[in-house]
Amino acid sequence: MRSFSILLGHELRMLLVSPATYIAATLFLVVMGFIFAGILESFTSAAQEGSPAGTFFQLFWIPVLFMVPLLTMKSLAEERRLGTLETLLTTPVTTPQVVFAKFFAAYALYLGLWASTGGFFSILQLFAGTSYRLDSGPLIGGYLFITVSGLLFVALGIFASSITRNQAVAGILAFVLLLLLVIGTRYTSTLELLKLDSMASTRSAIDYVQVFTHLDDFTRGVIDTRQVLFYLSGSTVALLFSIFGVEAKLLHS
Amino acid sequence: MPAFAPAPATTTPAIEVSDLVKTYAGITAVHRISFTVARGEIIGLLGPNGAGKSTTLRILTGYLPATAGRVTVCGVDVASHPAEVKNLIGYMPENNPLPDDMRVSEYLYLRGRLKGLTRRRLHPRFDEVVQLCDLGRVRHRIIGNLSKGYRQRIGIADAIIAEPPVIIMDEPTIGLDPHQILAVRDLIAGLRGRMTVLISSHILPEVEATCDRVIIVNQGRVVAAGTPAELRHERLGPGHYELELAGPLTALPSLLATLHPGLALVSAPDAPDADGFASLSLTAPRDAPDLREPLVNALAHDTRFRLRALTRTRHTLEDVFLAATNPKTDGLKV
Repeated sequence: MRSFSILLGHELRMLLVSPATYIAATLFLVVMGFIFAGILESFTSAAQEGSPAGTFFQLFWIPVLFMVPLLTMKSLAEERRLGTLETLLTTPVTTPQVVFAKFFAAYALYLGLWASTGGFFSILQLFAGTSYRLDSGPLIGGYLFITVSGLLFVALGIFASSITRNQAVAGILAFVLLLLLVIGTRYTSTLELLKLDSMASTRSAIDYVQVFTHLDDFTRGVIDTRQVLFYLSGSTVALLFSIFGVEAKLLHS
Repeated sequence: MPAFAPAPATTTPAIEVSDLVKTYAGITAVHRISFTVARGEIIGLLGPNGAGKSTTLRILTGYLPATAGRVTVCGVDVASHPAEVKNLIGYMPENNPLPDDMRVSEYLYLRGRLKGLTRRRLHPRFDEVVQLCDLGRVRHRIIGNLSKGYRQRIGIADAIIAEPPVIIMDEPTIGLDPHQILAVRDLIAGLRGRMTVLISSHILPEVEATCDRVIIVNQGRVVAAGTPAELRHERLGPGHYELELAGPLTALPSLLATLHPGLALVSAPDAPDADGFASLSLTAPRDAPDLREPLVNALAHDTRFRLRALTRTRHTLEDVFLAATNPKTDGLKV
């Protein structure tokens, strides 16, 4: 536990002193700002269903697909490529401690980036002068969804980084895994094949892992423990496989 | 010291390796290596590239698992107690990987904390290590901007910062200039008696200068072990003698035979120079004693000969190494 907190502290400090973090944060805010401005424009030009917050979180997959691979691809792959993983693992530090420290550091940055988008809503409130347009329910639900689902997204990125020493491979692998999880499940559920009666159990399984359904539930204020459990167990499994990935590479290095 | 107290101190050897085997995907990198290192010794693990040195060291640190065999560090089994062993070892890997984006002081503080030093103990120890490794001038510089010599010394500082009983360094002087090699050598010699040091190298003078004992490995096997002097004697005998002699050289072989039956001229002597002296070289069998004194006495008392110079060409560790790792003899005695 002591080693873990030292490692996590180190990871966070390296994030804070690294210029790359601030560049990434700025660019992230630029992209999210454009999206947010676009949403506001559509709300002013015509009547829309839902709230700006709801629509904003509907587009969560854009930053997830691009930011998560970029945030996580370096973590373990770079350490292995440089060989610093060897110096790290020959101190009294265990592989799970290293993997969890990397995970929580990346997760903290992910949450930090999302938290900064809260500024958009406070600016909107400041200039709108009224909180009538700003429904706090979908806002809280949306951020809660980001917090919970981020566990799994970041864990998948860490897993991708654990099985290769090449950052580019790790990044692409993380992108594909996230794409399959977020967009792939949505596409699969529309397949004709699944409408057969014999496929009912598969269909319910795919419905269960629909990330967009989870988002809808969260923003409507429905917090289903099954969904929370899905993200918690999914991230645990991804991190376990990351630990195996690091150790299996040691066996064959 | 780490919380874990190693079993009976000072009586158990620092490192004990028995019948160590490591195979990678069908290739045997290490084949039944056995050796023991006593506490406080400085040991050189010597071998050509690909001999299994790095693999052996990595298994010792618990970073790689062994395929078969038993490795203990200060009496603690590496395979069953990896966490305790990591507290007992300071390790510097080959090529000494360092994070390029940290400052020297930050890095050493982090490493010290990870190795279980408390903040209170780390501060004085950090100053000590920085002084020992002569890092004072660069302590606040970014590691990525430092020269190879400094980086190497940071690796050594990292290995010794927690004062572990055993230091393992994989090629500590590779890629350094002669001044830096000297500095690193002095640094290692400074650890003598306080810590057990195991270094691997294929640079022979370095090992000869610093190590108490040498273990030569080739193709995954130990082909020779002992002090450099022992190895020279055991492997190659007392060696060759070079003479500068004037006189009737045809009478020389019979004279030599009276000194030692195996003593012989290597080849026909050169033509004598202007003063009438010819250079000769003699060879003695391995089991022969040092024949310098008998040679001088015999040649001085024999009025036919005038002796101007006599030296014994000493074998270097290089000769031993070449003999021990010669693929033709497959490590057999020459």
